[in-house]
Amino acid sequence: MHELALAQNIIETIHQAVPPETWKDVRVVRLQVGTMAGVVPDSLQFSFTALVSGTPLEEARMEIQQIPFVVECETCGQTSTNDTGISCCGECGSGNTRIRSGTELQVVNLELEDVQEEAV
Amino acid sequence: MSIVMIERKVLQKNDEIARRNRALFFSHGTFAINLVSSPGSGKTSILERTLEHLKGELQVAVIEGDIQTDLDARRIASHGAPVVQIVTHGACHLEAQLVEDALSNLDLAEVRLLIIENVGNLVCPANYDLGEAVKVVVVSTTEGDDKPLKYPAMFRNSSVLLINKIDLLPYVDCDLERLRKNALSINPGLTIFETSCVSKQGVKEWCAWLRSKIFFVSRS
Ligand SMILES: Nc1nc2c(ncn2[C@@H]2O[C@H](COP(=O)(O)OP(=O)(O)O)[C@@H](O)[C@H]2O)c(=O)[nH]1
Ligand SMILES: [Mg+2]
Ligand SMILES: [Zn+2]
Repeated sequence: MHELALAQNIIETIHQAVPPETWKDVRVVRLQVGTMAGVVPDSLQFSFTALVSGTPLEEARMEIQQIPFVVECETCGQTSTNDTGISCCGECGSGNTRIRSGTELQVVNLELEDVQEEAV
Repeated sequence: MSIVMIERKVLQKNDEIARRNRALFFSHGTFAINLVSSPGSGKTSILERTLEHLKGELQVAVIEGDIQTDLDARRIASHGAPVVQIVTHGACHLEAQLVEDALSNLDLAEVRLLIIENVGNLVCPANYDLGEAVKVVVVSTTEGDDKPLKYPAMFRNSSVLLINKIDLLPYVDCDLERLRKNALSINPGLTIFETSCVSKQGVKEWCAWLRSKIFFVSRS
């Protein structure tokens, strides 16, 4: 399963995005995953948790926003959505369509716990 | 809590390397295809029939992805084509980086067609751009007609579908029309060929399609 490789990429992305001394403060990593991205969210989450355990990122939890598969029809102008990945228009059946969303696989943002300043 | 915006594709690094590979293919006028299927659908057999058919006409090179062995690479080498083996050591797909590494062992100058045989898997390779011009997906008649519906991402990302082992049609429960219909419902733009590596049916048509693409790439 390539979810393990993807989780590794996500960890590298975090490592590049914020300095090492703040890795322990990362609480949430937010992802957008299209329903047709070819990725199983549960496996991705499982892989991520397994990989960060015992590392500075171990308090980070993965939050996945699933993006629906949306097809826009060039023939009738309607948009339709389905969870089978069929690209034909759900309204008129035309194959002349464009995929508007549902194939995303990206890290959106991180949430870090603010470290309290030492009281003087 | 503070928010750090990232907005970065998970596979961005792979995509950047793939772009480099693509630029390299373009600069050499090499048409590169990424051949994907389940294990055993006939990728290596199709490669062999393709090499036979195009032999003496144009230079074809092969990159062989395999989880563990170099058996397929040896089959290809016996046809006299330059072949580079990538052993992924368990990884279920090729990545652009592995292809870039393999390319350092290939002189593309005379190569008009590069065929990359991916690891047998219809899930993971769909996500990884290798820099190819097109993905070509192979399904054999023994696998049933519902494959496109089970692996939509792969069929969406492919430009060509080869329905292989067409010689076995009388013996298996596969409705060819339904297979075509399922594939086209996922990707209406698919070009479809029916092939047999035994009777060689469809090999000529498939190679004619390749030739037209190669002609276009090497002239642009
Ligand atoms: N009957 C029949 N057998 C085929 C055909 N193509 C491949 N095979 C057989 O299917 C098996 C797997 O083929 P191979 O090319 O190694 O598949 P790969 O794993 O996708 O590379 C081999 O035993 C081939 O001889 C075909 O068109 N017809
Ligand atoms: Mg093979
Ligand atoms: Zn429509």
